[in-house]
Amino acid sequence: MGLKNKNLLGLRNITREEIMSVLETAKVMKKVLESNNKKTPHLQGKSIVTLFYENSTRTRLSFELAAKFMSANASSISASASSVAKGETLIDTGKTIDAMGTDVVIIRHPMSGAPHLLAQNIKACVINAGDGMNEHPTQALLDMYTMWDKKKDLSKLKVAIIGDILHSRVARSNIWGLTKMGADVNVFGPPTLMPKDISDLGVRVCKKITDALEAADVVMGLRIQMERQKKGLFPSVKEYSSYFGINESLLKLAKDDCLLMHPGPVNRGLELTTQVIDCQNSVINEQVTNGVAVRMALLYLLTRREHV
Amino acid sequence: MKDRIIIRNGFVVDPKSSRQGYFDIIIIDGKICEVIDKNNNINCLSSYDYAQVIDASGLTVIPGLIDVHCHLREPGFEYKEDIFSGSMSAAKGGFTSVACMPNTKPVADNKTVIEYIKNKAKNIGLINVFPIGAISKGLEGLELAEIGELKDAGAVAISDDGSPVSNSSLMKKALLYSSYFDIPVISHCEDLSLAEEGVMNEGKMSAILGLKGIPSAAEEVMVARDIILSEYTNVPVHIAHVSTKLSVELIRKAKHRGVKVTAETCPHYFSITEEACDNFNTNAKVNPPLRTQDDVEAIIEGLADGTIDIIATDHAPHHIDEKNVEFNMALNGISGFETAVGLCITNLIKPKKIDLADLVRKMCVNPARLLKLTNKGCLDVGYDADVTIIDLNAEYKVDSSKFYSKGKNTPFNNYHLYGEVKYTIAGGKIIVDGGNVICSQTNW
Repeated sequence: MGLKNKNLLGLRNITREEIMSVLETAKVMKKVLESNNKKTPHLQGKSIVTLFYENSTRTRLSFELAAKFMSANASSISASASSVAKGETLIDTGKTIDAMGTDVVIIRHPMSGAPHLLAQNIKACVINAGDGMNEHPTQALLDMYTMWDKKKDLSKLKVAIIGDILHSRVARSNIWGLTKMGADVNVFGPPTLMPKDISDLGVRVCKKITDALEAADVVMGLRIQMERQKKGLFPSVKEYSSYFGINESLLKLAKDDCLLMHPGPVNRGLELTTQVIDCQNSVINEQVTNGVAVRMALLYLLTRREHV
Repeated sequence: MKDRIIIRNGFVVDPKSSRQGYFDIIIIDGKICEVIDKNNNINCLSSYDYAQVIDASGLTVIPGLIDVHCHLREPGFEYKEDIFSGSMSAAKGGFTSVACMPNTKPVADNKTVIEYIKNKAKNIGLINVFPIGAISKGLEGLELAEIGELKDAGAVAISDDGSPVSNSSLMKKALLYSSYFDIPVISHCEDLSLAEEGVMNEGKMSAILGLKGIPSAAEEVMVARDIILSEYTNVPVHIAHVSTKLSVELIRKAKHRGVKVTAETCPHYFSITEEACDNFNTNAKVNPPLRTQDDVEAIIEGLADGTIDIIATDHAPHHIDEKNVEFNMALNGISGFETAVGLCITNLIKPKKIDLADLVRKMCVNPARLLKLTNKGCLDVGYDADVTIIDLNAEYKVDSSKFYSKGKNTPFNNYHLYGEVKYTIAGGKIIVDGGNVICSQTNW
């Protein structure tokens, strides 16, 4: 079925059919990843640029590999090393990249709405690789792929998302995507890190971590950033891990065959204990593999749109 | 004789003189000279043969609108707006007098800047521009500005607008000290520590868009503080741009207690909500931010029951490069002169939330009283000939590209509004004729 929009800016406005399209295409792409010959011709002749205003190892590498596995010409710009440091606006940077014959721009930016601004001003297709606190759609899609791969029916799942929901674009995108697929999404975190009206997005805000984890099919930990502690949003790392981190005994409240997920990189001992990260429920590494497959699927579906 | 004007056949709404009905108005040499009741007098205008005649049939005639809160950006930010373009824009919007805020560069915390603004406006010769001086030196919120000097130079009020006076002790001193000079204090209420890095209202929309929210408490906490300080010092305070339900309730209760607090709101706070920020629309980014439907309704109720005394524009023009950026980076402000009347008629008058006489109180009588403009806000004999004539039924589509203001930043572009200003007369000179600004003298 494919994707309706020229861009992938978020999952807020995506349909169930489009999500399933991505997941099913990713399943095919994963076979390529697992084969000996990691090369397909689908993006031959396409020019793909990753424009990252924020540091990232895994997402950027994941996109670059996805592009190259499919024979695209892939290049990278990181904000610090370019004219952005000289004060060039996002729109001007985007137009410059556009003018060089680029087909797809993959942007990660510290401010919500930046990909939307870019998409309004350039012809190339824009993929949001994370904008401020707003969305990280490819992460949520790979998370949903992981759940779909293991559990088959997303609509029956109880999903618990634990941590700093307020600042998490991963949480938001997952909330949009999972609620659209009919899953039962529960969120929990310290009150200072919970958006005031998040229940308007169709999630249950749990007052206790045990409520969130009880009989959960999926437990997703979120990365906590140190600068949030510096802003006084929680008093110490010790408090955070004691009261809001996930350990083995808490995980036992979830279903025996639950999936333990995390977008990475994990702060060992903080949001998840080492035992939990390495336990048999953990699918954290598979998420990474699935990430490349999902991004291959997206690049394929978005560039194929042009000919439709 | 260009200095004689007759406005005929208009429906006059002038609550201060208790007139509402069909009256002809005669202007000579910049003053209202005669007001003729159409019911009682046959037209005998032979002595006014050489006057300019405005046929106001089907139109509503009110005193010239007075805006107690706007930003003209000159000196220092002329790329956004200057006193000339701002005057044209205000005139087009039906304003014959505006009071401009001191967050210019240099700040209007000394007599030189105040005099500069007054003289520039006088040379331009369009509308009356009344400078507002700073409460604190440099708007830094540390030391009182030389308020006596500001008053003598012609400042009509003092404010640190743009910024709050965060230090409560300084606010108390400002109220006490200003009372000696009998100059009104206008307060921008915002607790900066609660507002933190917020860029829009904290609520459903900020949760959806992943943007940092400003809690309504940030405004309310300081409204409460200023009410208490006003009560404690027994000095009046005027609350700028009220935007939340609780702010209205606090002011209502304070007034019942006899506190000398007055309040203003702006058209955007009774017209649209935080939903206008959807799709990261930077034209809806303003401080205080757009709030919820509950707040909109409370603002309208506050206007209806007199809790809110004044409607001001907080006209805040910006350059397109300052709005056409990421939402976090965009500057706060709405270019408001040219949509104010349309929004008032469409959202207050047409749905019968307030009546015309009330609107005139909020945009003419009460502003004149706040700023002590004794010869304005009324169409009686002897008052300054500042008149605004509106077609209440004219429907039009907002086109920001045609604004006289340099600032095209409005969330109302392409909105259909009722209520067009057809004539603006300032000091007995017609400066807007048939909806177009005419500048006869431009010695700027």
